[in-house]
Amino acid sequence: MRFMRGRVLVVDDDAALAEMLGIVLRGEGFEPTFVADGDRALEIFRNSHPDLVLLDLMLPTVDGIDVCRQIRAESGVPIVMLTAKTDTVDVVLGLESGADDYIVKPFKSKELIARVRARLRRTDDPAPETLQIQNVTIDVAGHSVKRDDATVSLTPLEFDLLVALARKPRQVFTREVLLEQVWGYRHAADTRLVNVHVQRLRAKIEKDPEHPEIVVTVRGVGYRAGPG
Amino acid sequence: MEGAAANGRQGPGARDGASAVSASPARPDQAARPGSAAEPEPAGYPASSSRHRPGDVPGLIGPGHRHRSWRPGPDRSWRSPLSGPAGALRCWSARAFGQVRARWHQSLQLRVVGTTLAASALVVTVLGFFLMQQIAGGLLRNRETSAVSQVQTVRAQALNQLNVNASPGASADSLMYTIAKDLQYPQADGGAGSGYYVAVLAAPDLNPSQPVRGWVYGANLSSIPQALLQHVQAAQSAGQDQVYDEPTTITFANGGQAAQPGLAVGVPLDSHYQLYYLFSLRNDLLTLQLVQRTLIGVGLALVVLLALIASLVTRWVVIPVRQAAEASRRVAAGDLDERMRVQGTDDLAVLATSFNEMAATLADKLGKLQDLSQVQRQFVSDVSHELRTPLTTIKMASDVLHEARDQLDDSSARSAELLHGQLERFDALLADLLEISRYDANAATLDAEPIDICDLVRRAADDAQQLAERRGARIVFRLPAQPCVAEADRRRVERILRNLLVNAVEHGEGREAVVSVAADRDAVAVAVRDYGVGLRPGEEKLVFDRFWRADPARARTSGGTGLGLSIALEDARLHGGWLEAWSECERGSVFRLTLPRVAGANLEGSPLPLGLDEVELATGAGALAAGLPVAMIRIGGLLSMDPDPGDGA
Repeated sequence: MRFMRGRVLVVDDDAALAEMLGIVLRGEGFEPTFVADGDRALEIFRNSHPDLVLLDLMLPTVDGIDVCRQIRAESGVPIVMLTAKTDTVDVVLGLESGADDYIVKPFKSKELIARVRARLRRTDDPAPETLQIQNVTIDVAGHSVKRDDATVSLTPLEFDLLVALARKPRQVFTREVLLEQVWGYRHAADTRLVNVHVQRLRAKIEKDPEHPEIVVTVRGVGYRAGPG
Repeated sequence: MEGAAANGRQGPGARDGASAVSASPARPDQAARPGSAAEPEPAGYPASSSRHRPGDVPGLIGPGHRHRSWRPGPDRSWRSPLSGPAGALRCWSARAFGQVRARWHQSLQLRVVGTTLAASALVVTVLGFFLMQQIAGGLLRNRETSAVSQVQTVRAQALNQLNVNASPGASADSLMYTIAKDLQYPQADGGAGSGYYVAVLAAPDLNPSQPVRGWVYGANLSSIPQALLQHVQAAQSAGQDQVYDEPTTITFANGGQAAQPGLAVGVPLDSHYQLYYLFSLRNDLLTLQLVQRTLIGVGLALVVLLALIASLVTRWVVIPVRQAAEASRRVAAGDLDERMRVQGTDDLAVLATSFNEMAATLADKLGKLQDLSQVQRQFVSDVSHELRTPLTTIKMASDVLHEARDQLDDSSARSAELLHGQLERFDALLADLLEISRYDANAATLDAEPIDICDLVRRAADDAQQLAERRGARIVFRLPAQPCVAEADRRRVERILRNLLVNAVEHGEGREAVVSVAADRDAVAVAVRDYGVGLRPGEEKLVFDRFWRADPARARTSGGTGLGLSIALEDARLHGGWLEAWSECERGSVFRLTLPRVAGANLEGSPLPLGLDEVELATGAGALAAGLPVAMIRIGGLLSMDPDPGDGA
């Protein structure tokens, strides 16, 4: 397992918080880069090639949601949002704009580091493995997904989600189990994360996202790969 | 009071001080309900017959509570003394009268038309009587005048004939008959009614053996009224030639004709004879009858027309008023865009204009209030962000200091610890305050999805479990085997349950906390029971108040923010559910959460009782309050109990 030694781009206009985030991140061995302005976020992102972005939702000039969309448009790099708003509308809007995870202010240093690590965690040499659900083929080692021979571009998180489901086809995963396996939450967290990312995943791999055939909802329980 | 009756029936376990209160606003009258929670429910979800309805009469244990409570109803064996058709008729008429009365009070139109009908009928009747009186009087007077003048003329002629032709005696008598016949001749019409009959009478003193001798053609002499005869007689004796008249009924000798109303006119002819005229009033009577019929017809038509006009006019007024009422109803129902049509410039147009202005003002005010609420929400959101960002920095800084406290000197290390601990508290308080203000701003939204409530109970218990271990307490689960799925907001319900469980452990004095779940067709309920000190009577009302604490001294030691139950109550209400508390001093408390299976559906009852469970009721005393195991009580029956459980204080 390879933890960290990662570059983290901190997009936050609050100088004190940014500095504090820097102290904590450095303390854990990460390499933080800072940008305080939504306008310049994309530019710095391109220059610094971070492994992860910590993004404050409320930014001057360009909104955090827009920054998130811009970054997501050109990269699958994990994005963790920092937000003070816990209302569903705000959370879902943030997640739909492409964030992988979110963390609600005020948070503890340990909580933040745990999330950052969970998002950066990658097994170094996954065993060569090919999974198949319906017309979707997943090359686990090669990190690629094909639907009818057309490559589908998934973010690492979406890929993990799909692999988790596809490894045990026909097994129903509750949202809590998925949160633990894919997001790395030990304790129960916000199941809206799962809902939003399943929607995003479906939009990419399903023929008709309204009537999914690959990631199927099991009402009252959770999700399952492939038809029962 | 149901509660009082219930207490009386509980025998040895008299529960003074027992009280329960419903925190649900819809059911403020909830009585303490020592039910039978653990009584085995029939397979599947019991239908509503076994529901613990708020307000059920708490009864003795047994199957009795499974039946619907008897309700005193109208005794159908009682029969009215007015039985039979008469009674039925009276009954019917009473009902009809009642309906009419109700209509009368309901309908302005009916009242106006009814009043108009009654008033105009009265006026028309009075006027008709007056008119008839006038017409009849006038007709009679006319006939009288013309009759008198005719009689005077004829008298002169007759006198003349009498003077020329005869002297008194038999020849005079025959002459009189001739005169009478001649006088009548042009008018005798055989009873057609318009004519008159002439009679000539000899004065009685001419021939005492025949008091009245006379000659008349057609009519009976007895048609001349006695009063008139006397008047004329008197005048004759006095030598006057005054004309007298009297109303009479003309009868006919041969019975060929019916009697007719008439006017009898009499005058002395000379000293021996009297001349009488009998004028028939039949035609006048017919005329009068015609006039009367016409008057009645016209009067009736007039009354009906007036009623119709009143009805129409009232409709003009009533219809806009009804429209205004309908429009007000819609505005009251929330349709603020409802407006009335304004026509013309009359009073009704003024009504419509005022109504529209009122609706516009209302809409405006409501809009402003909504804006204000929006501002409030925005403010809460902004405060949330503005406070949270610096708090995040402080918290992280505190974390760093806390981690490094080993390298600090004693007082600095202790300060770091205090800072850390109090920041946690501040954080929780801020989160709760924001949650409450979200409810106050009506900004709370429900993310309902079907969840197994038992699952949530287990998860919420995980957190309380750690606290319970520290306190040496135990959490006992009484969960059904099948899942209890309800549409609920996971985060909110888990928060309620965590709150109830932590409270139960915290106030349970180290004794077990029992959490039971049950479901029926419409609802899922969770009851959390603790056997702690309980609450003093009346305090169940207060536990849901913000920042209320049972024992102010405990506030500093226990970690809660004082907002937990207030938020839990709001969370329950958001689901359309109930959160209720029951407690008794020294016997602990029960908090029961009832959620409808379909979010927002109306709850009618809870599958779980709120109060003592069946074991406690069976032993008839609060044995469990002493922390004794259930089995022991069951075997041992009545154990002697320490009145004060003595938690070691």
